[in-house]
Amino acid sequence: MILDSKSPIGPLAEKWTKHKFNSKLVNPANKRKYEVIVVGTGLAGASAAASLAELGYKVKAFCFQDSPRRAHSIAAQGGINAAKNYQNDGDSVFRLFYDTIKGGDYRSRESNVYRLAEVSVNIIDQCVAQGVPFAREYGGLLANRSFGGAQVSRTFYARGQTGQQLLLGAYSALSRQVANGKVKLYPRTEMMDVVTIDGHARGIVTRNLITGAIETHAAHAVLLCTGGYGNVFFLSTNAMGSNVTAAWRAHKKGAYFANPCYTQIHPTCIPVSGDHQSKLTLMSESLRNDGRVWVPKTVELAQKLRKGEIKPRDIKDEDRDYYLERKYPSFGNLVPRDVASRNAKDVCDEGRGVNETGQAVFLDFRDAINRDSEEAIRARYGNLFDMYQQITGENPYQTPMKIYPAVHYTMGGLWVDYNLSTTVPGLYSLGEANFSDHGANRLGASALMQGLADGYFVIPYTIGDYLAQIGPSPVDANHPEFAKAEKGVKDAIQQLLSIKGSKTVDYFHKKLGHIMWEYCGMARNAEGLTKAKGMIQELRAEFWKDVKVLGANEELNQTLEKASRVADFLELGELMVDDALNRSESCGGHFRLESQTPEGEALRDDENFAYVAAWEFMAENAPETLHKEPLVFENVKLTQRSYK
Amino acid sequence: MSWVTKTLSSTIGRKLIMSLTGLFLILFLIGHVSGNMLLFKDDGGEAFNIYAHFMTTNPAVKILSYLTYISIIGHVIWSIWLTKTNKAARPIGYGQSTPPSTSVASRNMGILGTIVLIFLVVHMKTFWYEMHWGGIPFVNYAGGEFKDLYTVVLFAFQNEFMVIGYVIAMAFLAFHLSHGFSSAFQTLGLNHRKYSPAIHTIGILFSILVPVLFASMPVYIYFTQS
Amino acid sequence: MKLTLKIWRQKNASDKGGFVTYPIDGISTDMSFLEMMDVLNEELSAKDEDPVHFDHDCREGICGMCSLYINGHPHGPKQTTTCQLHMRSFSDGDTITIEPWRAAAFPVVKDLVVDRASFDRIIQAGGYVSVNTGGVPDANEIPIPKRIADEAFDSATCIGCGACVAACKNASAMLFTSAKISQLAMLPQGQVERMTRAEKMVAQMDAEGFGACTNTGACEAECPKGISLTNIARMNREYFSASVKSENV
Repeated sequence: MILDSKSPIGPLAEKWTKHKFNSKLVNPANKRKYEVIVVGTGLAGASAAASLAELGYKVKAFCFQDSPRRAHSIAAQGGINAAKNYQNDGDSVFRLFYDTIKGGDYRSRESNVYRLAEVSVNIIDQCVAQGVPFAREYGGLLANRSFGGAQVSRTFYARGQTGQQLLLGAYSALSRQVANGKVKLYPRTEMMDVVTIDGHARGIVTRNLITGAIETHAAHAVLLCTGGYGNVFFLSTNAMGSNVTAAWRAHKKGAYFANPCYTQIHPTCIPVSGDHQSKLTLMSESLRNDGRVWVPKTVELAQKLRKGEIKPRDIKDEDRDYYLERKYPSFGNLVPRDVASRNAKDVCDEGRGVNETGQAVFLDFRDAINRDSEEAIRARYGNLFDMYQQITGENPYQTPMKIYPAVHYTMGGLWVDYNLSTTVPGLYSLGEANFSDHGANRLGASALMQGLADGYFVIPYTIGDYLAQIGPSPVDANHPEFAKAEKGVKDAIQQLLSIKGSKTVDYFHKKLGHIMWEYCGMARNAEGLTKAKGMIQELRAEFWKDVKVLGANEELNQTLEKASRVADFLELGELMVDDALNRSESCGGHFRLESQTPEGEALRDDENFAYVAAWEFMAENAPETLHKEPLVFENVKLTQRSYK
Repeated sequence: MSWVTKTLSSTIGRKLIMSLTGLFLILFLIGHVSGNMLLFKDDGGEAFNIYAHFMTTNPAVKILSYLTYISIIGHVIWSIWLTKTNKAARPIGYGQSTPPSTSVASRNMGILGTIVLIFLVVHMKTFWYEMHWGGIPFVNYAGGEFKDLYTVVLFAFQNEFMVIGYVIAMAFLAFHLSHGFSSAFQTLGLNHRKYSPAIHTIGILFSILVPVLFASMPVYIYFTQS
Repeated sequence: MKLTLKIWRQKNASDKGGFVTYPIDGISTDMSFLEMMDVLNEELSAKDEDPVHFDHDCREGICGMCSLYINGHPHGPKQTTTCQLHMRSFSDGDTITIEPWRAAAFPVVKDLVVDRASFDRIIQAGGYVSVNTGGVPDANEIPIPKRIADEAFDSATCIGCGACVAACKNASAMLFTSAKISQLAMLPQGQVERMTRAEKMVAQMDAEGFGACTNTGACEAECPKGISLTNIARMNREYFSASVKSENV
């Protein structure tokens, strides 16, 4: 199968307008005859479900949480980009497009990214109209800040809770449609499989997490808005429930999985404190504006620190290595996320890590406090410092913060074309669940933008084109494919319950996470990846022989939920390793040790790797087939990033 | 349901009734305590008896007194209704319940109110009922016949149990008011960063001052007349 | 640390349920409360006992899913969410009692998990501005004084965890409901539906079986996001004025 991105031809700035005009429309009177399933109620899912219901489609929305408002979009702190140019500082749709393409290290599709920048302005209008309380200036107009090293102030924010406010806006729009009877909500319901009939997605199989009931739902189209798969690493900044199951089951039903190895490691997270650790907490990137990153110059000093023989403040300036300032004099502590993360790992690997586990570096505010006063720092970062103190029990005003990189976002996901359609007709993927807009590295404040762009402003147009073509005749819910898929899900659950092994689900998840972090994390090489592949295969075999899942299906059974998700992570993990092995270049958040400049910086290989790697599932335990979607750049010139 | 009953039977509407009746009773307390201050006047009860006569015969005061009765009854009935709703809202309680950092009074308004109500029944039997329908002797002041409620009061407060009972009841009233006063304003939605602290302070002062004045009357009589 | 946990166990909604005591050892002060629960569950699983079910998701204090009533306080002794509570807030040898939220409108699903769909229905009754996607004015066409925007934001930070209901002696949802009514009553976007919103949301809140407000302030004292009682006063104002002024008979 040839991957057709369906990108419209013509000048970049006119593509979306032209495409909208060329898309078929559904007769308003017919819209209510179409049923659409939306899985996931985060920014992408809630906005899509609400917008489609407003248009008149019959929508069913599913989430595994107890309420749509709990989706993990809620945890995004920083902000949302939009090319409003309210600050008169030279921003434009093209500049946002350009920054996003460049930030993604030239591994994303021009047409999609341009459209993202184009509709970004509508998102802000929409959210404000919903009553989202963005930060404002004294004159009453919206405030902006520059974020993640951008040279223009285009980030809209609501204190450190932008994701929360945007999600609550989308959730309110969704709630309104629930009240109107246009959306039927299925909370605490997990999607277990996609049902395809004659190659088209025609419904899903779900499990009611409270009763265990396995049900099927028929529809004309299915939207997967199920977020990212960062939890394959066990420890990440994702929510505990974030999983790949919906996307992975769709993958096994024919949807290609694109760039699975593209994960973003965020440099400023609170370090792991011990084996008990269940998740990692992100500290806003803005801290690097004032904090200085350092480790001791020598391993001996680091060891003394770890043993508690000396305190960080005892170490004199000449014994400190402000390694980011040393290596990147022009960007210093403000180098992009991938560079900051990789360097932290390097110094810790040298044995200079500063906490008990040796996996932390200092982020020191001493100089900023001396320069601007403690009050000024408190005004800027007070809530972050409080959060840090609450979690670690240390006072960052008096002793440097300890930080370490953690998995934060996954740029990879289901392959989608310009219409956000996966390779299975009728099956769409939105938000972090798809691969589309961030290339090999996502810029700060871009995730919220993409989720809402897909849900509010892209899918309402593109889905119509498909629905108009297939016609409104009802989907036959009694088609044998539904019963077949339902049986498959039931069998898989019974299989998990019948193993009755000796090791808990977390045992396997932690082990998998460790392998992924060690060999498929910030820096990778062929040798490690090959080793990891074998380890994952072994672990997966062991899982299916020896996992212990207590209880029954017919009850609230959190162990069973986890087991079913981890089973999918164990398969995804191997595909990530395959993808990482295949991509022997360094780009974005993906650093291949074999591909670096003489100075040890990431070296991209545009000649051989300017493509999207889309993987096709063939059979259980069989290698997947790689399809390549070449990336053509007509509007930007490919350059090597440099932060020296 | 008409919009009026709908509003007044909602949880917020019912609180409105509690608030308005409560505030009216607060006004009543001000009138009652100021009038009764005449007990301290050393004139053998003349001023007090004339005042009592006025209070039971003047038509305007009559209307006010009916409003007071309605307020008391309304305050009680609505509180029972609310309490029923509130209990039903948590059919199964907690195994371990440590009171949070809220005032004792605010958490026990029902109990405090019930004690005040019991006191009220006793109090009204002792004086109000006697004044209206009991066999109270008459006295003559400047050509008029007046019921000698003053002597009834003096007699009642010779009994130390009565005095102690009154003082204790006033303590409960104080607690009830300490929360009820500012709470009534909060329920009405009268919350403002400029004025609310003042309302709160006045409420506390009021809840101390009025019960203390009331309580001082039996105590004063007990110690001056025995 | 060595602790004794007294945990409410209940197989399902119809089960009567009761407390079960579990000793637990080797708890580090760096653990979060939920990580301590994870350790307990791993131990229970090893002994083939059903793990304790509890709600949790983001574990960074924002999704509002975690909901434990710990030693007489929703979310435990600190004014934060359970997931942000750390074991250093407890001492070696402590007995910790863990219960589900208790309210008729929050029925227990299993163990410590409760159903808070009633909150969703309150929002569905009117906690939104009725604008469709597209066709809205430019964001800067609606200037909003910074003070108003900030105050609306304070109300909007509610995470819908239900600690206010759990803390209230009347299991009242007024703090939750009033936070949303307040946010939209303060903003110009919310003016059009201001009256209907107050009426409908209050009616739904009552229909769900939440109690009334006694103004004790327990909700405010326990709210992990510091939502203030002024919201309840504002809701009352909004409700009274809507009752009198609206055309809805």
